Amino acid sequence: MSTRDNGILLLSGDRDGPVFSAPWHAQIFALAHSLSDRGLFTWSEWTDCFSRHLASHGDTPGEEGYYEAWLSALEEMASAKGAVAAAELSGRKDDWARAARVTPHGQPITLR
Amino acid sequence: MAGTKDHHGHDHGHSELSDIELRVRSLESLLVEKGYVDLAALDELVDTYENRIGPKRGARVVAKAWVDPEFRKWLLDDATAAITSLGYTGRQGEHMVAIENTPEVHNLIVCTLCSCYPWPVLGLPPVWYKSPQYRARAVSEPRAVLSEFGMDIPPDQNVRVWDSTAEIRYLVIPQRPDGTENLAEEDLAKLVTRNAMIGAGLASSPGGA
Repeated sequence: MSTRDNGILLLSGDRDGPVFSAPWHAQIFALAHSLSDRGLFTWSEWTDCFSRHLASHGDTPGEEGYYEAWLSALEEMASAKGAVAAAELSGRKDDWARAARVTPHGQPITLR
Repeated sequence: MAGTKDHHGHDHGHSELSDIELRVRSLESLLVEKGYVDLAALDELVDTYENRIGPKRGARVVAKAWVDPEFRKWLLDDATAAITSLGYTGRQGEHMVAIENTPEVHNLIVCTLCSCYPWPVLGLPPVWYKSPQYRARAVSEPRAVLSEFGMDIPPDQNVRVWDSTAEIRYLVIPQRPDGTENLAEEDLAKLVTRNAMIGAGLASSPGGA
């Protein structure tokens, strides 16, 4: 693969772009920061967990793979530290999916 | 409601959330309900990183080091303390190390495992810093990476690559450009780009060259 195909040139174009390119990136960034601030996990524990997830998302290009890894790591941490169990998460996902289905398009989606 | 069609024939019925959105909303809402996080505090954090923390802070640190030899020495000896003295503290800024570019050595920063980066002085890292390509190639072929950033490092200038971790984050002090002897600190700070403080660029020349 040539160096240009590796994409550094393309990527270096993001001079002063937005800090977060999607709202959910900002949401989960703040969640990890906040949970570490309150002591649920240390930042070293976080980077260990996050880099493991990042290694397995290496094929997803751009920022999506990066933040998908961030989200997976956050789910694992929340569960490992006893804050949110995996079963709770999947139940809540169903709740949100149901909420979306009964919300007319364009209106804010809320739980009940 | 579901399945209603407007006069264009589009399905404008119910809303939909992607799998990612469902996961984010689920995690966030549960953490809020259980009292682990506070929505207002989360919004405040995002606002801080979007609007208040950024490379202008690092540029001020570098410009001060260029004009104030005492501060430069302090920065090189104990970057955390020197940077804290300017009021720049916070997550990922606890253990800072400043490294100086010289005619003999050019320094480049990477985080090979994830994206450790000195947030309090540079803000959040650019997209390319987080990419798997940069994280691998900055170590395996730093000169090639630097040339893609438009930098031709002379053969007799060494390139040193520093791998950031959760414990140590680095800040590059770029070389002060020629012809800036008469510039004030505030004007010097304008020449210090984000990339220069990662080592993926040089400080700009006065006049924008």
